[in-house]
Amino acid sequence: MTVQLTHFSAAFVFALFASIVFGITHRETTRDMLRYGLYCFVMFLGGALAAGWAMWLVRR
Amino acid sequence: MANSTAARTNPAAQPASMMSVIAPAVGWLIPGAGHIIQKRWIRGVLLLVSIGTLFVLGLMMQGHIYKANGGDILDILGFIGDLGAGGMYLATLAMNGGQGAIAFAIADYGTKFMIVAGLLNFIAVADAYHIAIGKKQ
Repeated sequence: MTVQLTHFSAAFVFALFASIVFGITHRETTRDMLRYGLYCFVMFLGGALAAGWAMWLVRR
Repeated sequence: MANSTAARTNPAAQPASMMSVIAPAVGWLIPGAGHIIQKRWIRGVLLLVSIGTLFVLGLMMQGHIYKANGGDILDILGFIGDLGAGGMYLATLAMNGGQGAIAFAIADYGTKFMIVAGLLNFIAVADAYHIAIGKKQ
């Protein structure tokens, strides 16, 4: 059985699961875990989108 | 002399308990299990689902799994990353899985997914150890 993810969905899945692990392992309280996990998720996905648009601009 | 004084006065220095050995070992073998045996149920299950899903998705994306090697430095680093996945890595090797089709970009993503799953499990193992020695709640 094979899975064919798009580039965006692969980035989304990666950001989601990596952020969950980062949130749990890098903070002490549940509230801080949630906040840090959300921060990591936004940074992962936002960074990928920003890099994508930057490459699009460079290519023009 | 100075070291023994520091060890007595440092509140963070805890005596090594059996749990500080068992939790990281079990956590390496099964992601999240190091937290589960210390009654951190939700954290353990979330780690298991996150790391397990990344690794299985990597396999299903036709990712390549690295075996022990003494060749290229990137291959050695890939092996170290994959090794972090513990039981999932050993099971994949035993079933002769992870024979990646490197011609596809998505398969390359799969390879990276499995390496990252292993590296994230190393972090989870360290976290389980910190909980076991009382450095973290």
